[in-house]
Amino acid sequence: MSKKKFTGAVRRDKRKSIWKDTASWQMLLLAMPAIVGYTLFNYIPLVMSLVIPFKDYKFAKGIAGSDWVGFRNFGWMFTSSAMGRVIRNTFLYGLWFMMIGTVINIIIALLLFEVTNRRALKAYQTIITFPNFMSMVIVGYVVYAILSPRTGYLNQVIGLFGAEPVDAYMSPGAWPGILTIVSVWKGMGINSLFYFASLMAVDTQLYEAAQIDGANRFQRMWHISIPHLTSLACIFIILNAGKLINGNFDLFYIIPRDTPLLYSTTDILNTYVYRALATGKYSMGATVGLVQSVVGMILVVTANLIVRKISPDNSMF
Amino acid sequence: MVDTKFRKKKKKITAFDIWVNVFFCLLCVCFVLPLMLVISASFTSEKWLMSGNGFSLIPQDFTLEAYKSAFANRTKMILAYGTTAAQAFLGTFLSSTVAGLAAYPLSRTNFRFKKPLTIFIFATMLFSAGMIPSYLVYSKWYRISNTFWIYILPSITGGAWNTMVFRTFFKGLPESLFESAHLDGAKELQIFFRIVVPLSTPVFASIGFMTLVGKWNDYTTSMVYIRDENLYTLQFLLQRLMTEAQFLKNLSQTAMGNVVLDSSSLPSETLKYALCVIAAGPMLVIFPFFQKYFSQGLTIGAVKG
Repeated sequence: MSKKKFTGAVRRDKRKSIWKDTASWQMLLLAMPAIVGYTLFNYIPLVMSLVIPFKDYKFAKGIAGSDWVGFRNFGWMFTSSAMGRVIRNTFLYGLWFMMIGTVINIIIALLLFEVTNRRALKAYQTIITFPNFMSMVIVGYVVYAILSPRTGYLNQVIGLFGAEPVDAYMSPGAWPGILTIVSVWKGMGINSLFYFASLMAVDTQLYEAAQIDGANRFQRMWHISIPHLTSLACIFIILNAGKLINGNFDLFYIIPRDTPLLYSTTDILNTYVYRALATGKYSMGATVGLVQSVVGMILVVTANLIVRKISPDNSMF
Repeated sequence: MVDTKFRKKKKKITAFDIWVNVFFCLLCVCFVLPLMLVISASFTSEKWLMSGNGFSLIPQDFTLEAYKSAFANRTKMILAYGTTAAQAFLGTFLSSTVAGLAAYPLSRTNFRFKKPLTIFIFATMLFSAGMIPSYLVYSKWYRISNTFWIYILPSITGGAWNTMVFRTFFKGLPESLFESAHLDGAKELQIFFRIVVPLSTPVFASIGFMTLVGKWNDYTTSMVYIRDENLYTLQFLLQRLMTEAQFLKNLSQTAMGNVVLDSSSLPSETLKYALCVIAAGPMLVIFPFFQKYFSQGLTIGAVKG
């Protein structure tokens, strides 16, 4: 390759013919594995996700061979009584986890910021982050060790106070609380890290000036740290808008141990779709999945429009 | 992390400092105790655990029986361990490479196809096919379900998010490096492997570790796609032990309650907890060493490129 050609490539030359832009072609070649991967494993299934809900899918006949049924699968979806419950659970848990998670993670970040001893700070962060590195299956065993009706730790502790043993796996009413605790427990370490890192980037002169002016710790927190974090929190909430309709499958499937008795408070769209797959109701599950991703997409796009209005730098696209 | 002048200045320990530390010590107890229940259960004798004494924080009637039986049933567990490790390391290596290779052109200003490729990759964040269409395409058309490749291939791109993190990092590399490499007549592939990769170890460590944890802890792939017991991952093996126990319990609560269960054929409770320790151990031991990179990766991703 001549020297001249490459200097041309560095300063993008608009007049250069597309065929002579060797640098671009070479770079396209680098991206080729990704292009093939996304096509085969994202785009082709995506196209099929638009087709299967309109078919009566039979495994033996395949996607192409199954009969078209129009909107029949959708009609079923909107009349099913289980569907209402599942949608309500998905949405309410999504909203609740978003709110409680944000509040708790901000509080943890603010308090971590007040820990002055570097070594203690590191130790606290390490300990509260470790559940993030455990699989939900193992967290499921941890929860079982606590809640198990016969051998669980909880029943031993409340037994000391003379209370009757409880069986959480038979009381649906307990699960919103249990799932909230597990979700916060598992995610707290890593999610507060976002806010903590952002606090570390605040200009320290602000705090110094406030201190000189006689502001105490709470005043500094309230007037400097919290305003700094709220804008970040709003953006995170909006960017995670899709989670309102897309629950954490692992949490809702593993922690209640897929107990039918608890479905009234633990069944969400994602677990519902998995059960449809496991029982061979492909078209039904795919229909729910399609509605879910369309609604999720609308949420994300709307949220992004809102972000772009208030803070253009933070919008995704 | 920025250690500030401001933080160093205050030496005086106030009541507030004490309260904050007390709070975090209590919080840490809430994180450590559940873990101790699990570890202690794995060292407790089955008889003690099931005779109504239940779980405790310190091993009661200490025994290594559970670990012995875990290793006695060697073939199943070692196969699962082998599958888990192989798919986790190979998958992490391949997906980090593919994502890095795709992110490099996106970070360069002289890449002609930047816009279409960006849209092509980032659109996958917005649209997802869902579990069932993916399952049908992978198993009916590609025929990779129930093979080792199901762990590797569908996630080989590394995903749009990781690509974005790589791109943001690569953009921060000094432009002069690329110019001089171009002047020396280097090809893009050479530039990527000789210049970009060596300078990007923090981001590769960060993304690589996050991917590795995700893959090590994955059980859904086995659950959805794998029928062959020899290809189960460790986490799925554990998950199955859990569902089998729950299935029998659900059964005994319903009309089939009179079915007599042969409890000797069921894996013991303590064995499951020993498996938990064996399965979670590696990640929990190595993560403190990667924590630095982990927070870096998170913060890079949060900055828009």
